[in-house]
Amino acid sequence: MSDKALDMTTYREEMDERPSDKLSPQTLLEMFWYMLLSRRLDERSWILHRQGRIPFHISGMGHEACQVATAFAINRGIDYVHPYYRDLAMCLAIGITPRDFMLSLFGKAGEISSGARQMPSHFSSRKHNILSMSSPVATQVPQAAGLAFAIKYRLKMGLQDPNDTAQPRLAITSLGEGSTSQGEWHEGMNWAGVHKLPFICLVENNIYAISVPVDQQMAVRNVADRAAAYGVEGVIVDGNDVLASYDAMAYAVQRAYSGEGPTLVEAKTYRPVPHSSDDDDRSYRTREEVEQWKRKDPIQRFQAVLQERGILTQEQLDEYESRARQMVDEAQKFAEDAPYPEIEPNLDPNSVYAPVEVD
Amino acid sequence: MAETKRMTIREALSQALREEMYRDETVFIMGEEVGVWGGTYAVTRGFYDEFGEKRVRDTPIAEMAIVGAGVGAAMAGLRPVSELMTINFAFLALDAIVNHAAKIHSMFGGQFKVPLTIRTTTGGGRQLGATHSHSPEIIFAHFPGLYVCCPAMADDAYGMIKTAIRNDNPVMVIEHSTLYQTRGEVPLDQDYLVPVGESRIVREGKDVTLVSFSKGVHWCLEAADILAKEGIEAEIVDLRWLRPLDTSKFIESFKKTNRMVVVEEGLPQFGVGAEITARVMEEAFDWMDAPIKRVTAEDVPLPYSREIEQMALPSAEKVVKAVKEVL
Ligand SMILES: Cc1ncc(C[n+]2csc(CCOP(=O)(O)OP(=O)(O)O)c2C)c(N)n1
Ligand SMILES: [Mg+2]
Repeated sequence: MSDKALDMTTYREEMDERPSDKLSPQTLLEMFWYMLLSRRLDERSWILHRQGRIPFHISGMGHEACQVATAFAINRGIDYVHPYYRDLAMCLAIGITPRDFMLSLFGKAGEISSGARQMPSHFSSRKHNILSMSSPVATQVPQAAGLAFAIKYRLKMGLQDPNDTAQPRLAITSLGEGSTSQGEWHEGMNWAGVHKLPFICLVENNIYAISVPVDQQMAVRNVADRAAAYGVEGVIVDGNDVLASYDAMAYAVQRAYSGEGPTLVEAKTYRPVPHSSDDDDRSYRTREEVEQWKRKDPIQRFQAVLQERGILTQEQLDEYESRARQMVDEAQKFAEDAPYPEIEPNLDPNSVYAPVEVD
Repeated sequence: MAETKRMTIREALSQALREEMYRDETVFIMGEEVGVWGGTYAVTRGFYDEFGEKRVRDTPIAEMAIVGAGVGAAMAGLRPVSELMTINFAFLALDAIVNHAAKIHSMFGGQFKVPLTIRTTTGGGRQLGATHSHSPEIIFAHFPGLYVCCPAMADDAYGMIKTAIRNDNPVMVIEHSTLYQTRGEVPLDQDYLVPVGESRIVREGKDVTLVSFSKGVHWCLEAADILAKEGIEAEIVDLRWLRPLDTSKFIESFKKTNRMVVVEEGLPQFGVGAEITARVMEEAFDWMDAPIKRVTAEDVPLPYSREIEQMALPSAEKVVKAVKEVL
């Protein structure tokens, strides 16, 4: 544990071997695919909202690199993930499907979290160990510390085999930089530090919380600078660089798995679209700023790397594009055709409780 | 009577806040998105340019501090208006509201007072899901030491803000997210105040008393129109303040109509309906001709999907149905 946040952008150069160097071409393509799929699904969602066909959309655009890197660095579908509303790409890479997302946007029966009781982008899937957040921000952080606590507890009590990779071995949570102003973030981080938990906090720092810039949220330069105060390792990374993000996350994962304790990974990124479908971002930032960041688009950057390395051909890219479009079309149609949830069972007060089994 | 001007609740709130800021330099506004963005519901639009960042402060996302710092600043002689983006996030500030704002004057023997205004927005019906659509006004009305008001009309919105800011006690002004565009006549009087704890009859009738507040008043008005076509005259009491609670108007009305329906957007258990019913039992039992009915939200977390959400909420139709059950 260092008392200064580790800057991965420089640190990487000192590393003999970068974890991302070990990723196979197939894996790299798979990562690219999820980033692209997420982008296309996200773009369609904005269109559906503009057409008045869905009530609300909150987007993960621009954040795809650090999110997909996270999914690929953990034991996907097994390790606990307590994400936030921007994590579409992360959740797709873990196993949530475009159909699942569309069902949620349209509020249709069969929606996987709760049959459309929960809002869209409040991802949840028991099957994938993805846990649903509540709308108040940062409230997932102490819970994620609790998940990590349970993992450590099971290990200590001999309730779990440390090498059993079919069990969650870490808990990761994510949130925006603005949400780290919230008391629950500080309490959760401190908790994770005190108990030295297998815990990772991914901060997707897109420099705005709705309209409020990061320098009005905190008096320090980086969120990761605060990690030392909790006994947590702090890492800063270019969140629009998927391979650098993977390196940072792999480092955090290795620390968690080997019992070295929690890590805060701050991914520097940008949201090139409004906060949500209720926002108009023209009132608080210039178009030039947005355009500048669009040039650092994570998908274009990764595409260039893959093409340069001869891993991604134009043909393959075209095939991905048409497959993504097909999947999004199909998912949309599936959701539009699906029935709405039944009323009675959803208004049944007993449905709020787990069934009580009495012998 | 002063002249009036027709305006929306949003405009009324905005005008009242602006006038109070000009009237008293110790008044300042703080909260998430209140400055550059002009407020989540655009109530403080233009304030940032007009008054500057010293008096219109965008805060970190930290509700406990928005209220807690408001309590501190109020004890130090300022008149803060702390804005909580929505009432759902007020749960994160409960300790500051309940254990501090509401207690300080009493627990410190009057040495300190807390002239704090907390503005927030309640209500569901906009497909924002259970954790984003609460209507928990009663929680705040539970505690002595706080005043709680819920404007349903533009003139109340205007006067309540002024009352709240000028009052030496902590006042929660709980607005409704779907009423900002509702229009009404507002007195052109910079000193128009809504007396603390005074309810008002918003429609007269002799057959049944409807008691409500906030959005519920509008469901009642709609229901009263429907009922009138069938020759049933409903009297509507807008409580306006949940604390202090004015029992005089609804008791008086009940003694005339002998029948009552209480309408609220919140959950049924231990709600406003329960309280009002108990007051009637205590003060007007002998005038009761039928059991009192409540119209509330269904007893579940408010679902997201449109139709189930609408079915889970009260409506004018549900009020009409309840009225027919007590007639
Ligand atoms: C406790 C709480 N307060 C306020 C809000 C309203 N709100 C929703 S998102 C948001 C901004 C969050 O910004 P940040 O954490 O930077 O995440 P980003 O959206 O930029 O990814 C706010 C203030 C909320 N959801 N919860
Ligand atoms: Mg942000």
